[in-house]
Amino acid sequence: MTPKEKMAIEPQAMPEQEPQVRRHNMGEVATGYTAKQAMLEASRCLQCKNAPCMQGCPVSINIPGFLGAAAEGDFGKAIAIIKENSLLPAVCGRVCPQEKQCQAQCTMGKVLKDVNKAVAIGRVERYCADLQRESGNQEPAAVKPSTGKRVAIIGSGPASITAAADIRREGHDVVMFEAFHKPGGVLVYGIPEFRLPKSIVQNEIDNLVKMGVKVETNFVVGRTRRVQDLMEKDGFDAVFIGSGAGLPKFMNIPGENLVGVFSANEYLTRANLMKAYDEEHSDTPYYHGKKVAVLGGGNVAMDSARMALRLGAEEVHIIYRRSEKEMPARAEEVHHAKEEGVIFHTLENAKQILGDDQYRVRAIECVRFELGEPDASGRRSPIEIPGSEFTLEMDTVIVAVGNGSNPLISQTTAGLEVNKRGNIVVDENNKTSIDGIYAGGDIVLGAATVILAMGEGRKAAKAMNEYLASK
Amino acid sequence: MYKIVKKLQLSENVFRMDIEAPLIAAERKAGQFIILQVNTEYGERVPLTIADADPIAGTITIIFQTVGATTMKLAKLNEGDSLPALLGPLGKPTHVEKRGHVVCVGGGIGVAPMHPIAQAMKAAGNKVTIIMGARNKELLIMEEEMRKIADELIIVTDDGSYGRKGLVTEPLKELCESENNKPDEAIVIGPPIMMKFCALTTKPYNVPTVASLNTIMIDGTGMCGGCRITVGGETKFVCVDGPEFDAHQVDFDQMMKRLSAYKPQEERARDHVCRSGIHA
Repeated sequence: MTPKEKMAIEPQAMPEQEPQVRRHNMGEVATGYTAKQAMLEASRCLQCKNAPCMQGCPVSINIPGFLGAAAEGDFGKAIAIIKENSLLPAVCGRVCPQEKQCQAQCTMGKVLKDVNKAVAIGRVERYCADLQRESGNQEPAAVKPSTGKRVAIIGSGPASITAAADIRREGHDVVMFEAFHKPGGVLVYGIPEFRLPKSIVQNEIDNLVKMGVKVETNFVVGRTRRVQDLMEKDGFDAVFIGSGAGLPKFMNIPGENLVGVFSANEYLTRANLMKAYDEEHSDTPYYHGKKVAVLGGGNVAMDSARMALRLGAEEVHIIYRRSEKEMPARAEEVHHAKEEGVIFHTLENAKQILGDDQYRVRAIECVRFELGEPDASGRRSPIEIPGSEFTLEMDTVIVAVGNGSNPLISQTTAGLEVNKRGNIVVDENNKTSIDGIYAGGDIVLGAATVILAMGEGRKAAKAMNEYLASK
Repeated sequence: MYKIVKKLQLSENVFRMDIEAPLIAAERKAGQFIILQVNTEYGERVPLTIADADPIAGTITIIFQTVGATTMKLAKLNEGDSLPALLGPLGKPTHVEKRGHVVCVGGGIGVAPMHPIAQAMKAAGNKVTIIMGARNKELLIMEEEMRKIADELIIVTDDGSYGRKGLVTEPLKELCESENNKPDEAIVIGPPIMMKFCALTTKPYNVPTVASLNTIMIDGTGMCGGCRITVGGETKFVCVDGPEFDAHQVDFDQMMKRLSAYKPQEERARDHVCRSGIHA
């Protein structure tokens, strides 16, 4: 096919549930490409020699390679190429911000002058991963003969899953410790079913178990056992800390402790992990909000807003102090939220939350902003417009303005160096200030993305395997 | 799995269970709590204070009252049954030191979490006065255990069916007023309204007072923030900053409102459990 012919292929739209249908169910919003669509979309790849897309990928997947195979219908080969670099393609195909990573660099998108017309790399990746999983053709990775060395992995999110797999492959015994009663970390408690089905995460955990990784739930390192106990008393030769960024930030505005104000972590954990949406079966209640305000503009804010719709809210408002251009959420999530009827208030922010005589939320007072000069993050900084305050009637407020690092492990591990934000300090190999202890993912990066966490887990695992070999 | 090795019914709605959890039994200190589930698919995560532990047998003791769907289901389990999830020990341990005279005030089911704290305070060389309160004689728990620890034990019941008739705040006030028996510290555990009035009682006498709080929480590790309260004008998480706080600084009124956040749903759940015969 000539480049001209490739350019003539229509970008393949993702099949989706209708907005008015899906806002009342927990089923996945995007239902996935057909084989024909995946081949057509993959054949749009221009196979650029310099592969700019790969530079946009945090784990440098051979994107032209897998798209080339997919274009020929050889999806088995395509997934094998993806898995050389990424352990979680079914997850990343769904949750990566592709429009800011691989697809932002895609030549096709540049030629057509629209990033939305770049090759839909993530969607093809997802198709290949789903096909393999659903056909049952996935062999767990081969494991080398036992070395007798033992590694503890703290946490079971994307960084930990990746580190566990890569370390287990080398023949080391791996035990993964999770504080919750189910493994998967933010992939199960945070990201909703309608965006990432839990069965996909469970499948990844099952693969680890098939490889011989032991998963210990209900075990909170720092309390049940300290990190040093794991090494000194329990015989672990190395430890990977991938405990994530689980400490919700609040706005520090008046009224934030009113009944009806939730951290996004709490709101989503109730609905996702604890299955509160299934009122018939679940013992965990959720708050029956009718008019819900979500503060923030990231993926977690979009997830919270769209979850609120599915839990029966009549009106859901996103309140974000910058403009839509600065929103950190994936473009697709913003688009889906709008389609489902979420009302967007940009350049506005909550100033205080007002309660009734029962101490329940009745309204929020907001103030308007305008954009000034770019700040340290490179985004134009919002400046409050004096006297622009106004009130919106609400009964529920969800605060989704990010997560800090949970101090439980750093407080209970003597000698573990952290920065002023509480993130664990690591060297270029993800080694901490203590020999044998490595860390990666959000506990190092601050709240980031699944793919970056995965990349960190992989880097740490490589260094840990080398460390264990030399020991 | 966490096996129930012993179960006792202490009063109509109060049960005691010894549960196998060797790591928690070895690590736990006075004042800490656990989170348990009776079902990991749809079950709620419920925080309960550790009432006692036997590190040699590898068991912890919990004492609970059947108040909601989960505690009702828990009460239906028997010796030999197992819990699928038990997490802990959570929270910061009690600050135990020799203060001189420590008064421990336990109301209702709050006597159970008070037990290890009173024990630790006694072991640290304090004179320990224990005030136990209940609505009536039938609802009074752990009298024997507390009597073993206490230098002085004062029992009050609302209806006067046992001990002195009245509220725990009355003997507490008398102690605070006494010339030579004034406490150097008070620790209060019980219903929020009782803790609030205990704090109001000791405040004028400048008796440092600690309250152990049990709020709504999910993970118990600082991740959800559902347990947050206001202490001295600042937001604190009960699960990781507590569960014990300076009772004179706690906004108990706010805490009580927050505890009622899910009241309609809880009532429905309770009805559901009762109707489905789980709690026969």
